[in-house]
Amino acid sequence: MLTISAHLNTYLIIGAILFGFGIFGLLHRPSLIGMLISVELILSGASVNFMAFNHFLAPDPTVGQIFTLFIMGIAAAEAAIALSIVIAVYRNYQSIDADDLTDLKG
Amino acid sequence: MNPSLFSPEGLAEVIFLILIGTTILGASIATLSKRLIRSVIGLAICFLGVGGLYYFLNSPFVAMMQLLIYVGAVCITMTFAIMLAEPDDEKASRKYKSVSTWAAAPLGGLIAYGLSRLAIQGQWLAPAEKINSGSVKDLGMSLLNEYSMVFELISIVLLVSIIGSLALARVGRRKQ
Repeated sequence: MLTISAHLNTYLIIGAILFGFGIFGLLHRPSLIGMLISVELILSGASVNFMAFNHFLAPDPTVGQIFTLFIMGIAAAEAAIALSIVIAVYRNYQSIDADDLTDLKG
Repeated sequence: MNPSLFSPEGLAEVIFLILIGTTILGASIATLSKRLIRSVIGLAICFLGVGGLYYFLNSPFVAMMQLLIYVGAVCITMTFAIMLAEPDDEKASRKYKSVSTWAAAPLGGLIAYGLSRLAIQGQWLAPAEKINSGSVKDLGMSLLNEYSMVFELISIVLLVSIIGSLALARVGRRKQ
């Protein structure tokens, strides 16, 4: 049982664990930046799955690598937009907690 | 069958186990720590481990991109945002516990367990033959032949997102 780096299941389980941590953090974190960090964890769990299937199962081993590169590009764009929204929200509310952004309530 | 610990294969396995530990430790720091700045450091550690896993999956180019984009760009941007907008600690500690806080850990564990179980039970069929080796050269060829349109589109998306984030972050500034 010393050769676990050559099995598909190892990578799939790591991807599942990262996804679980992401879902946990998304529900557990009160602040917007903490939720963004959890979303990055979820995306990286998906990327690990893509890379594992790409290496072990795909007939063309460039497809998964390119998909992962595009996931990275989209994640970078998403992080830039989300962080500037967070800064704009902080200017208006003096807080980045998701529970405090309740202007429409009552 | 089992390579000894000090053969090259055995050492590679030890490094692989260290990378798995780094990934999971980083993910737990990122989700469990109280201060946001420590979460970002945990995220960087986690991405370091994931980059190492990509290296084990025979794609050093994606591993390098992981380090450059995530550790080098996304984590630094998050650090800047936290320094610009982190609320004080007392405010974070007075948080009332909602239902989602208690449901979070069982739900995350359940999802991770279910996905792992699906992965183990699945019958994955290996392909008959691979049409290329997945090297950096093949990657560049298919990026500029089959996926050139997507390549252009994602650069437009990045450009628009940069302009949009600059415009968004600038909005409240003029009033003050």
